Amino acid sequence: MWQAIIIVKYKVGILDPEAKTIQHALNTLGYQAVTGVETGKYFEVTLDGKLSRSEAEQMVREFSTKLLSNPVVQHFTMELLEIQP
Amino acid sequence: MKFGVVVFPGSNCDHDAYHVIKHVLKERVEYIWHKEENLRLFDVIVLPGGFSYGDYLRAGAVARFAPIMNAIQEFARRGGFVLGICNGFQILLEAGLLPGALIPNDHLRFRCQEVCIKVVNNQTPFTHGYTKGQVLRMPIAHYSGNYYADDDTIKMLQDEERIAFQYCTADGAVTPAANPNGSLLNIAGIFNREKNVLGMMPHPERAAELILGSEDGLGIFKSLVQHAEVRV
Repeated sequence: MWQAIIIVKYKVGILDPEAKTIQHALNTLGYQAVTGVETGKYFEVTLDGKLSRSEAEQMVREFSTKLLSNPVVQHFTMELLEIQP
Repeated sequence: MKFGVVVFPGSNCDHDAYHVIKHVLKERVEYIWHKEENLRLFDVIVLPGGFSYGDYLRAGAVARFAPIMNAIQEFARRGGFVLGICNGFQILLEAGLLPGALIPNDHLRFRCQEVCIKVVNNQTPFTHGYTKGQVLRMPIAHYSGNYYADDDTIKMLQDEERIAFQYCTADGAVTPAANPNGSLLNIAGIFNREKNVLGMMPHPERAAELILGSEDGLGIFKSLVQHAEVRV
């Protein structure tokens, strides 16, 4: 089986007010060394082991572009691991 | 003129839209379940507000894959009128029927309040009943209404006169203080290139009877009806 780990984040330059609020809260708590926060969405998706690595990669890229992220404002990173069922 | 109001799981302004069209505007209207694939009997499709599919993933992200959305793409391509309100606007953007995206409000709060919006382009089937620059009062109720598009898209919207409404003060000034959500250029609604698709965050269907505080939103529905009458 394959396990895809996908992280969707806002593109650089798009305001992420949640991240700004968290950073402010961390600084307020005394963590002055915190100089940046980014937030995102994390997905673990399992795929049929009959797919080859390149087929699985292509499928994950396709549905991450189509559904998991909105390419207008977000980008994603992915990692594909072979796991035991 | 026949209106269709699309019902997704989680739509909650479908009844308001239906009520205004049927009882205030006195036009024909039907609900359309999101699995419907034939829209031949309709002149106008309304995508209502609400929280389709629980706003899971992103507002509108799942609804755009409902079976009816292919039919709406085709309907719009043939020149049919499509009005997306609030969640309906979010769905139209996710589906690529309109450019850009709606991201969470810059202050991270759900905003439910009355706003003023200015009619930027009144030379369209949706807005010809208003005067250019007219200030309308309508409610908003959303968390993700912060309109974003890249510089080229914003320039295209301006060049092609596709900005329908901008948030403004009561006397029509487009200022940062009048912007309730962080939208670029205070954008509250936009058209497609052909001006037969309108997406907007404020709720015209909740501002269509004086007893509810404002009837400024009725002009959008009336404009469509008058446009059809002139055409016939």
